[in-house]
Amino acid sequence: MATLPADSPRRRLSARLTRSPRSRLALLLTAPLLWLGLAYLGALAALLVTALWTTNTFTGAIERTWTFDNLSTVLTDPVYRAVTLRTIGVAALVTLIDAVLALPVAFFLAKVASRRWQPLLVAAILLPLWASYLVKAYAWRSIFGGGGLLDWVATSPGYGLPATVCTLAYLWFPYMVLPIFAGLERLPDSLLEASGDLGARPWRTLRTVVFPLAFPAVVAGSIFTFSLSLGDYVAVEIVGGTKQFLGNLVYDNIGAANNQPLAAAVGLVPVVVMVVYLFLARRAGALDNL
Amino acid sequence: MHTRSLVRGTAVVAAALLAAACGTSSSTSGTAAPGASGFTPPKIAQLDKLGTGEGAVSILAWPGYAENGSNDPKVDWVTPYEKQTGCKATVKTFGTSDEAVTLMKTGDYDVVSASGDASLRLIAGGDAAPVNTALVANYADVAPFLKDKAWNSVSGQMYGIPHGWGANLLMYRTDKVNPAPTSWASVFTDASKYAGKVTAYDSPIYIADAALFLMKTKPELGIKNPYALDSKQLQAAVDLLKAQKANVSEYWSDYLKEVQSFKSGNSVIGTTWQVIVNTAVGEKAPVKAILPAEGATGWSDTWMIAAKSKHPNCAYQWMNWIVSPTANAQVAEYFGEAPANVKACEQTTDKSFCDTYHAKDAGYAAEIWYWSTPIPQCLDGRTDVQCTDYSAWTRAWTEIKG
Repeated sequence: MATLPADSPRRRLSARLTRSPRSRLALLLTAPLLWLGLAYLGALAALLVTALWTTNTFTGAIERTWTFDNLSTVLTDPVYRAVTLRTIGVAALVTLIDAVLALPVAFFLAKVASRRWQPLLVAAILLPLWASYLVKAYAWRSIFGGGGLLDWVATSPGYGLPATVCTLAYLWFPYMVLPIFAGLERLPDSLLEASGDLGARPWRTLRTVVFPLAFPAVVAGSIFTFSLSLGDYVAVEIVGGTKQFLGNLVYDNIGAANNQPLAAAVGLVPVVVMVVYLFLARRAGALDNL
Repeated sequence: MHTRSLVRGTAVVAAALLAAACGTSSSTSGTAAPGASGFTPPKIAQLDKLGTGEGAVSILAWPGYAENGSNDPKVDWVTPYEKQTGCKATVKTFGTSDEAVTLMKTGDYDVVSASGDASLRLIAGGDAAPVNTALVANYADVAPFLKDKAWNSVSGQMYGIPHGWGANLLMYRTDKVNPAPTSWASVFTDASKYAGKVTAYDSPIYIADAALFLMKTKPELGIKNPYALDSKQLQAAVDLLKAQKANVSEYWSDYLKEVQSFKSGNSVIGTTWQVIVNTAVGEKAPVKAILPAEGATGWSDTWMIAAKSKHPNCAYQWMNWIVSPTANAQVAEYFGEAPANVKACEQTTDKSFCDTYHAKDAGYAAEIWYWSTPIPQCLDGRTDVQCTDYSAWTRAWTEIKG
């Protein structure tokens, strides 16, 4: 057997690591913390700083003079307020639709489906995630387009908010089902039986036992659907018609108008909204469910 | 004609005022010759003599300007260039002038096909280098009325090679739009007739289209140049566009998206380029395009070389190639614009092509309102008011789209 000689460097290193828990921790966390600190928080800080700069409107060059103009534009200009409210409204509606659709599906998966079918059905829910985001968005474009599927059945409302809500609700649906499914799986069957034994009808059991216990899971799912909808601009570009969302304003300000500082200021809006949302979600106990 | 001479005059005044605007002096007088004084672009040396090619060139172009056969195997003038020069070309297309300016700032591109609303911004920003026209043999055959213009030169120094020019057209579905339109009114004041089926170009520069319409239909506003709007005139254009928006299906900047929405009938009428018409007709969409009675905005494009080009020799060879009679004729016919090289007119497959596009007609060329960047010093020569600049137009465009 090959044992290490007593004074080999590897042996010494190993002994040192055993003695010093701090070095172990440093080795374990340096890389992820660097990533989090530099790439993640650094990018956020850069965003904040850029929002305080301005651009030369003729040449498009960034001028590094400090100003609150961009932030005050975003806060006071009625256009940005309207777009922010529209984006939050659509994100909330998408979340609501997904929650309403996902609850029965998740309940079926967790409590009704047989053990044999359950993994297959979960895979089926995940299946759309295997296809490209763009393909799915364009599929919805043709559904809502002239001569599309909706036009065969009735008159298509065309591109706009309804199309955007449908597309986003479809795209983020799996992200809502999975947390609720996980939450309901943890709910012991005995609780449902006890409720029945005590004389509660199914609806009352649902209302007083299942819903309160599943609520944190719904909030957990809503973090995904809400934040993903809040930042989306590609689907809006494809099926949104003339409507603008916060993401489109960011994209237009960087790509078309070449005004990075204003884009950064607009980009801070979803960050703030999500911080508030996560704070509320934490109070609902949803973060324990992720 | 009064308006015509006015238009011609404007170009001169515009150049002078632009010069004044960009210069270090605070002078606002408009007496200087085009690009003659005040405007001091960053000092960048032009290429002295051509060396051997670097083996690669990175091209930033309007869709349809640098076709390599990937869109249509029959449409290819990049491959012959590669064979002749040994420069491997990578092509990236852009949808708006703003996008071009932004992309040029990355320093990844050697040459760009810049319109008038991008070229001066590139020069002033130090992103484009002066061009030594002696090294571009085909420059001699470029129509004289395209040389030393306000949008492609500064103080008699050319900053690019003129490529081609044309007008923004009004496209409509022949089966859905009846009677055929003759005026921009179809997409502005009468747009409700096609509610939810109108389309428009997604860029602040589209405000000029509304301003041009107001210039011809509402003389009391006193608009003399669609790129020189005081705040009251801009507001009138914005109001017109806001009213139009209620009838717009979607805005386009991606030309394939416009082709697709005309094909499916989501859009039935709206502003377009000839290349979009050609593509849509090629895909059997029943569309036609006209130059409306009010005239049109348009473009006069210039191939410019990046200040920090990594492949200057290949870039010069590209500029020479793209305005050579054969290639220039191919681009012009494919894109649907007047070629800059007058000898290209003998190379077109349709022998009357240059007459259709008025390629040698300096008078017609002067009647199109070429895209230019709005600046605070009114391009129409007014000194009693401040005009709205491009950032105001950008804000207005965001506001219009809501």
